[in-house]
Amino acid sequence: MSETTPAAAALTTRTDDTRLVVCPAGAWTLAATLPASPAALHAPEPAGVTRIAFDCTGLTAWDSRFVVFVRELEERCAAAGVALERDDLPQGVRRLLELADAAPERAAESPGGHERAFLREVGLQVIAFVRSAGELIEFTGAAAVAFGRLLRGRARFRVLDMLRIMQDVGAEALPIVSLISILVGLILAYIGSLQLSQFGADEYVANLVAIAMAREMAAMMTGIIMAGRTGAAFAAQLGTMTANEEIDALRTAAIPPMEFLVLPRLLALVLMLPLLTVYANLMGIVGGAVVGLLLLDIEPLQYLVQTRGAVDLGDFATGLIKAAAYGVIVAVSGCLRGMQCGRSAAAVGAATTSAVVTGIVFIVVCSATLTVVYQVLGI
Amino acid sequence: MRGAGNDEDDAAVSVRGLSVGYGKHVVQRDLDFDIARGSIFVIMGPSGCGKSTVLRALIGLLEPLAGEVLFGAENFWDASPEQQDHLRRRFGVMYQGGALWSSMTVAENVGLPLSEHTSLDAATIRRLAELKLALVGLKGFEDFYPAEISGGMNKRVGVARALALDPAVVFFDEPSAGLDPLSSRRLDDTLLALRDGLGCTMVLVTHELDSIFAIADDAILLDPQAGTLIAQGNPRELREHSTDARVRRFLLRGAA
Repeated sequence: MSETTPAAAALTTRTDDTRLVVCPAGAWTLAATLPASPAALHAPEPAGVTRIAFDCTGLTAWDSRFVVFVRELEERCAAAGVALERDDLPQGVRRLLELADAAPERAAESPGGHERAFLREVGLQVIAFVRSAGELIEFTGAAAVAFGRLLRGRARFRVLDMLRIMQDVGAEALPIVSLISILVGLILAYIGSLQLSQFGADEYVANLVAIAMAREMAAMMTGIIMAGRTGAAFAAQLGTMTANEEIDALRTAAIPPMEFLVLPRLLALVLMLPLLTVYANLMGIVGGAVVGLLLLDIEPLQYLVQTRGAVDLGDFATGLIKAAAYGVIVAVSGCLRGMQCGRSAAAVGAATTSAVVTGIVFIVVCSATLTVVYQVLGI
Repeated sequence: MRGAGNDEDDAAVSVRGLSVGYGKHVVQRDLDFDIARGSIFVIMGPSGCGKSTVLRALIGLLEPLAGEVLFGAENFWDASPEQQDHLRRRFGVMYQGGALWSSMTVAENVGLPLSEHTSLDAATIRRLAELKLALVGLKGFEDFYPAEISGGMNKRVGVARALALDPAVVFFDEPSAGLDPLSSRRLDDTLLALRDGLGCTMVLVTHELDSIFAIADDAILLDPQAGTLIAQGNPRELREHSTDARVRRFLLRGAA
């Protein structure tokens, strides 16, 4: 820490009858290079030494580096049954050693092991996944109960909050939804045209894009965008509120956080995600049309007629039902992880990650389930 | 013996004509004081008087509106960014709630300044972190995360981290705030022992009178109305001998 370069640290020993006198010299500081310990220090016992003393007359500067050295020596001495005399150490060193020796207020228990065996880890992950599915369902149920209270006009609910959240999750997400949907439409049309043109069925690109967007892709892509954009935001927001005890403050003020915080977010997403999906459908079809018109030389009117022939309102409805379900999933996973958050910055980060992962996993699970259900029902 | 230099009688920190505030709003103006090497110095004052703002100017977080903060002969606020970083390594700061990095264990928190600013090997750093934690009574807690220990322990780890580089000056923001009287007393004893052992200068921002009378060598009292310091000296003597009614009122809990 001193700016002037101090004398290099040195260490010598001399034997004084049955006493080994350790003579550190120079500057023993964080910046210093410490000398290797003399052999006599490594094996004091065989040499017939019963006590170790210090002679610090040559020591010009010291800091905690020196204290660490003395403590290590002391531990080795204790193990070898050799006594160590502190008397000739500098006053400050003695004071620090006493302070460090003072009994801790209670013995620390192991912090529950941060390293785990592989099998155990797999098992824990599986249990965690099952538990997280259960939590998600439970939380959705609690949200449904809160919604019931809202319908009966008994929930503590601020409409203004919901409108602000709707703006945030809806209108402000339009640019990213546009970009992704147009690109998805483009890619579908391009990949489709590579195959369909082999059969001279170029105009069926319009059918492919329209059906894929309407039934599946628009809702799925919007859901995943929302999981990353809004689910993460909800988790971070509620997680920070949990860390700051704001959620506890709501509870003790007899304001259920479920009604006050979760419900507006849930309703906003359930309303806005289908609307964004309608918009994503349009954008996806526009993206497909770009490929159709520019690359495949399909007439605009023909593309439009082909598209209208391929999908009806029922197809769009299946997509929108999925979108509403994704809205519930994204809002619930975001809010749930936020409210389960621990009380630290790292925990907020973990909650956000977990919200996005949970959201996307359950969007995919839900999409598969609903597709099977549609199949069975023949819609 | 420690930190042997030729400027033994100099102040560790000198403040000259310091005015702090935000934008046009001046919180404290024209502060002049010296913090003697090896002393425990307290910046005291009622809540809202701007003592934390003054501290932020001292530790290089808030550029003052005017004035100088001198470490030895160097003015922190005139120094180049490299010099400022160099000066920063010469002081440690303990924040009110500990401000531990929550993604690291307690030992990693204490060890990070060492691994960033020294060339010591990992084993030595670990040893030094263990020593610093033992000094604040937290032996055996090295591998806990900040979230796994109590708020009081977090504060003490904050002390250990502030001491990591064996700084010449250590700043403490409200060290005993939120501690029970016994823990607060123990922290005072620890600070005294650390000062005696390490020989460092300690600067505390606090309004806990018991602590102030127990450990302070020197102090300044900031007043929100006057917007500057209204008293300077040993707080026990100020309490007995000050003729200023405001000073007596503060130091005697309004019983003047």
